[in-house]
Order: sequence, then C-alpha cells, then structure tokens
Amino acid sequence: MTSEIIRTEHVVKTFTVDKKAHSVLKDVNLSIETGEIFGIIGYSGAGKSTLVRCFNGIEKANEGSIFFEGQNIVGLKSRELRAIRRKIGMIFQQFNLMPSRTVFGNIALPLKHSGLSKQQINKRITELLELVDLPDKRDAYPSQLSGGQKQRVAIARALVNHPKILLCDEATSALDPKTTKSILYLLKKLNKELGLTIVVITHEMSVVKEICQKVSVLDKGKIIEHGDVYSVFSNPQQELTRSFIETTSALGSVKALIETQSPVVQLQPGQLLLKISYTTSSVSEPLISYISRTFHVDANIVFGDIQILSGNPLGGLIVILSGQKSAIDRALEYVKQRHVAVEVLNHG
Amino acid sequence: MDNVLQFLLPNVSQVMDEFYLSIIQTLQMVFVSGVISFVLSLIIGIVLISTRKGGILANSFVFNLFDKLINLFRSIPFIILIAALIPLTRLISGTAVGVQGTLFPLIVGITPFFSRQIESALSEVDDGLIESGIAMGLSSFQIIVSVYLKEGISSIVRVTTITVISLIGLTAIVGVVGGGGIGDFAIRYGYQQNQLDATYVSIIVLLIFVSIVQILGTFISKKTTH
Repeated sequence: MTSEIIRTEHVVKTFTVDKKAHSVLKDVNLSIETGEIFGIIGYSGAGKSTLVRCFNGIEKANEGSIFFEGQNIVGLKSRELRAIRRKIGMIFQQFNLMPSRTVFGNIALPLKHSGLSKQQINKRITELLELVDLPDKRDAYPSQLSGGQKQRVAIARALVNHPKILLCDEATSALDPKTTKSILYLLKKLNKELGLTIVVITHEMSVVKEICQKVSVLDKGKIIEHGDVYSVFSNPQQELTRSFIETTSALGSVKALIETQSPVVQLQPGQLLLKISYTTSSVSEPLISYISRTFHVDANIVFGDIQILSGNPLGGLIVILSGQKSAIDRALEYVKQRHVAVEVLNHG
Repeated sequence: MDNVLQFLLPNVSQVMDEFYLSIIQTLQMVFVSGVISFVLSLIIGIVLISTRKGGILANSFVFNLFDKLINLFRSIPFIILIAALIPLTRLISGTAVGVQGTLFPLIVGITPFFSRQIESALSEVDDGLIESGIAMGLSSFQIIVSVYLKEGISSIVRVTTITVISLIGLTAIVGVVGGGGIGDFAIRYGYQQNQLDATYVSIIVLLIFVSIVQILGTFISKKTTH
C-alpha cells in the first residue's frame, strides 16, 4: 500500500525581472509516492530547481496547490512552513556546508532549539556519521573534505531531523563519475534502509537510470513525459526524452558514424544497416543466430549497447545484414514479428 | 634618556604630560565611539542585508529608508558634519568640546561608512548558505545569528579593521574643533606654533596605532577562517 507524499496541482510560477514576467513553471502536475526515488530531468532553465524549491516553500508558487502529506503548503504562514521544512531534507549541487563550522557543527545546525540534550545530539550525529560512512570526520572543517565527503556531510545534515523525504538538487553534478556513483549508492541505501522518499533533480539521464524508479521530463516549465523509468527509456514519446536517452547509450553515436562516412558503417550494394532495439525481455532469444541460420543472411554486429534497467534489458544492436534481397526481406519480417523494433538506418 | 628626548624632540619634551594625555584622549575617542558605532552598524548592516531585494525579510520601504539615510550622511564632509551637529551634540553630550563632545559626531560620522562595510561583509556570505538555512527550517533570526554573523565573522573583522583605521583619521579631525587627542596636539603645536617635531611624533603615534589595529585585524581574520 503506497501513499502520496507530494502532489502538485496546476503549479504556476512566474518571476518578474525588470517588470517583465518570465513564467518558469506552467501548470505542473505530478505525484510522488512514499518510498520511491523520483527523478525530475530537464535541461538547465527548464524550471526543475524552481519546482523542487516549491516543494519546501523556498519558492512560492503563484498559482496551484502543493500537497505535502495531504496538507496544502501554498499560502502557509512562515512558522507553519518552517515546521514542514524540518520534515523535508534538502541537498544541493554546491553542498552549502557552513565553512566556519566543523562536520559536527554543520550536522547539528538544524537541531538548534530542537530541545534535544547535548547527549541526544551527540548520539544522533554519531549515528548519522556512521550512516554516511564518515565516522572519523566529526571534527574536520568542510575545507578539509573532498567533494564526495562534503555531500555526505550535507546528506547527514539533511537527515538529522528524521525527514520523510530528501530533495536532491543536482546533488551529483559537481562530482566526478566515481564519486557520483558512490553518492548514488548511498542514496539508494538510504531509500532502502530508511524507507526515505527521494526526489532527484538532474540533467543527467545516467543518474535517473542509476537510481530512479519514476521519472518526469520537464521542459520549459511543463512536464512533457512521465512514467516509470523503464517504460520511458524503452519507449520515449518526446524528442527531448529521446535526446536525453541517447546521451546514455552508445547507439546514438551511429548517426555520427553515418554522417562522417566512417568505414565501420560503409555498406556494399545490397547490404542494410539496421538498428535493432530490444524493448522487452525478448533479448534472451538467439535472434541474430536464428535469422542467419534460417534465412541465409549474414548479420555483422557492428556494435551494441544493452543495459539492464530495473531488471530488464534495454538497448540494442547495430547490424549490417547482407544476402539475397528476398532473404533479407523475410528476415526483417521475422524480426518485426518478434516485437523487436527495427530501424533501417542506411541502404547499400 | 631625558637628554636624548630633549635632543630629538626639543619642543615636545617640554609638554610631555600634554602629549601623553592626547594619546589617551585619542584612545578613548576611538574605543568608545568605535564600540558604539560597531553595535549600531551591525544592526543597520543586518537590516540592509535582510530587507534588500531577495533578502530573508525583503522590505523595500525599510531598505530604501536606511539606504538613502546612509547616502545622505556619507555625502556630508566630516568637518562640516561636526559643525552641523553642534546643537545636537550639546543636547546629547552636554558639551560640544573635549572628548565627551567628540563622541557623538564621531559616531554619526563613522556609522554610515561602517554600516556599508558591514553590509558588504555580510553580502559575501554565500546565498547558498542562506538558502540551506531556510531549507533546514531555521527562522530569520536564527539565519541572521547562525549563518550571516557566524559565517561572516572573518569579513566583519576585516571591515572593522578598515573602519577603525578610518576612525583614527576622524579623531584627528575632531581635534581641530576642540576635541583633544593626537590630532589636536599636532595642530596646536606642530602647525600653529610651527614645532615640526610635534607633527612628526604625532604621525609616528598614529602610525603605531594603525599598525597595531591592522596586525590585530589580520590575525583575528585569519583565526576565524577555516
């Protein structure tokens, strides 16, 4: 049984700069369920940072409603809003640790006036440092930490009040790929062990692919595509979504190869250059060897990229088919029947 | 020792008591007006930073009021300000002369400059830190104390150093209108009686003051940076 933790209805946000109105969010509707890792992806300027700031009221929506655990936070008084914010953790691209405070001081900051005793605070921070795997950095200053360690401290600080949800605003964008992986792994662990709902704002599809279960694609202040990550990846409906997905797949590079007339995709007369995309579990069938045996065609796999996403294979192969024209046609017909998407990229 | 003094400072050595007194008067003026102005400037600086556009308590009326007042007072040359303030100084301090009479004009003279300096020091605190303070659920007051002031300490120390050095300069000016202190000493003996050694020794004393303030400021500023 899942329940909604955040729901937005017709959220509109307009900034006025020099008396000119810029609408950043136009009618955003989405629903985030407790316990899921929810990705919001978009290019810079799409409004994703503004949207996530509306969730905790740092930005005020001009129109529409934002429900946090069923309570509309639009129009709340600042005192009530502060109480809500303590239930919502947030981390940032630039970490935003207080440079003049130690790791301990940073994590303890949100506990100001929480009424906890010194011992309780101590105990809580020890727990959190264990959780984010930095038990020996308690007395270090942020300037002495690496980027990944800073983000771990920021995560610990965001969790100190036992929030229900963690908002991550481009939390890995300032980190190198290896550190990104370790932070994403930590987020996944927190989601699993604490049942923490996580909202991930990013412009990197690889981040979504790595940890999200659901994804919304935001473009010019509107959600243009939404769904569970596998179905969005396997069957993108919008051009923008497709362009995001191509950034994570080697298959996208075939277009450049054709355009630059690379020798690997040069065709002899009668040959076909195909992109075969797997969208269901059909990848386990011996498709290539079957068609070459049955239809007497030669299939030369130029390259391929198949990844496992949410437990299902996703991706495809770039193949050059050669043989009798009729044989090739029958082979193509067969492949299409197997629910495998075939795209003829080039003729010889 | 006395002979050396007489040789080096033929005129000053005749009025050593007065010279020492002028040093003490300068210290009194700098210290008392400095402390009072620091408190006022900190408050005004905080008001400016929190009420500015996009600030945590954005309020264009309050911001503009303080902003324009500061500009008004900063545009008046200090020596004219002293004269203009004389009636008010008498009312508040009971006198317009002596150390007691200089404190009010010194405070009015330095506070606008000091407030601007504090404002710029606080604006060096990264907006991201303020935002994360808001996201944590801190109140505006907590953000001012725990983020702006705490994270701004090093910059505040730096601008305070600059301001105290300017203030030492102002104390020399109030000397002209009967305030006492090193400036007064240098004008009366060095300038009006053409005793060059009085001028030079005043310069040396001021140089020592400024150096001590600068060294102390740099030291504290470094200590508070992590």
